[in-house]
Amino acid sequence: MIKYSLITLLFSLLLGVYTPGTAADVASGEDTSGPFIPKAQRRFSEEQGCVEPTGEMRANHMEYILDQRDATVHEGIRTRQYSLQECINCHVSDAEDAPRVDNEEHFCSSCHTYAAVSIDCFQCHADRPVKSRFDSLSNSSMHRIGSAAVPPTTLDSEQLKVLSNEDFGNE
Amino acid sequence: MSEESNIDIYRRRFMSGTATAAAGLAVAPGVMLTEVARAKPADQAVSSDIRWGMLIDTNKCNEGCNDCVTACNEEHNLEGFGRPATDAQWIRKVTLKDKQTGNIQTLPMLCQHCEHPPCVDVCPTGASFKREDGIVLVDKHICIGCRYCMMACPYKARSFVHEKLQDQMPYSPRGKGTVESCTFCVHRVDEDILPACVVACKEENHNAITFGDMNDPDSEISQQLKQHSSRQVRADLELNTGVRYRGI
Repeated sequence: MIKYSLITLLFSLLLGVYTPGTAADVASGEDTSGPFIPKAQRRFSEEQGCVEPTGEMRANHMEYILDQRDATVHEGIRTRQYSLQECINCHVSDAEDAPRVDNEEHFCSSCHTYAAVSIDCFQCHADRPVKSRFDSLSNSSMHRIGSAAVPPTTLDSEQLKVLSNEDFGNE
Repeated sequence: MSEESNIDIYRRRFMSGTATAAAGLAVAPGVMLTEVARAKPADQAVSSDIRWGMLIDTNKCNEGCNDCVTACNEEHNLEGFGRPATDAQWIRKVTLKDKQTGNIQTLPMLCQHCEHPPCVDVCPTGASFKREDGIVLVDKHICIGCRYCMMACPYKARSFVHEKLQDQMPYSPRGKGTVESCTFCVHRVDEDILPACVVACKEENHNAITFGDMNDPDSEISQQLKQHSSRQVRADLELNTGVRYRGI
């Protein structure tokens, strides 16, 4: 528990450093003195660009990611809305020559460099979208758990009658 | 009979076993959707109703075949640095030789996903933990790299990352200064897809590895465990491993 409160404290400290910058940005509208933040690759929905309003995300994105992180690692909750992987999928280009996180033009680095807040997410996490190798597998029944080939000899006559009904061919 | 139709038979058999004859026929399509395609919803936490397990048939595991290891290395991008003593290794082939008869057996050794994992017992920070569904993982956000767990593991299943890494897979974050080991391809399992090593073994038609829910008496792994004798490695430690072996 102490660990978590320490982390929260750290984040709130970071937030303290970070907020004045964004507040100035918002107040002056088109402030050219702020960092250049690359446009996202796509919108989250028709109504809004990001998963929460932009101001909320600028101030509190780390809270969302932190909550999601524990839910995913420990409980296997893999909703996409607040996952770091989805942040990257939207905000970073998958082009081969797209800037990496050590480059100021990377979405995360652009602001974090400006605010002088170092992040260590990408020491472990992918800093750009990578097509998952197992994406193509999800439709293949051979790779599904429980897709076991059970010898047909174990079926009794009643089950075989059910099997002959082709209505059950589709999942 | 082809692979595909065997699968259908299995599904139908499962369905017919769960539904009563007449009513079962009427609701069958719905039942199949919920029962067979049972990948849990993404927003639902894993539960202890499931215990993932693996059964490895060493009689089908060929000497010299390294496909499961290669598949794992590719899946998680486990690159080597030319230092075999410390390079990450989540699954490795072990060769057993009977000195008296000269008989040689090989088997893949990986994290055994124990019910009572010693790595979790010794972890000073709580980074090493067991998920509700029996998968033993390292929360690398919390890991301080002390490596007590590596000492505690009787199977030598864990690795420490000594080098700065790049180009990790999005579903498999790895980083310098943390301990890691086989995750049972948790990112796949949560999507109801078999782990990479199991798929590799299947694709080569060796079929030495069976993966499934050991809590479900109808699952293939439970059926096989029931029909054939199998062993836990170092069963004397009473860790109740999630990985079992046949033929050793």
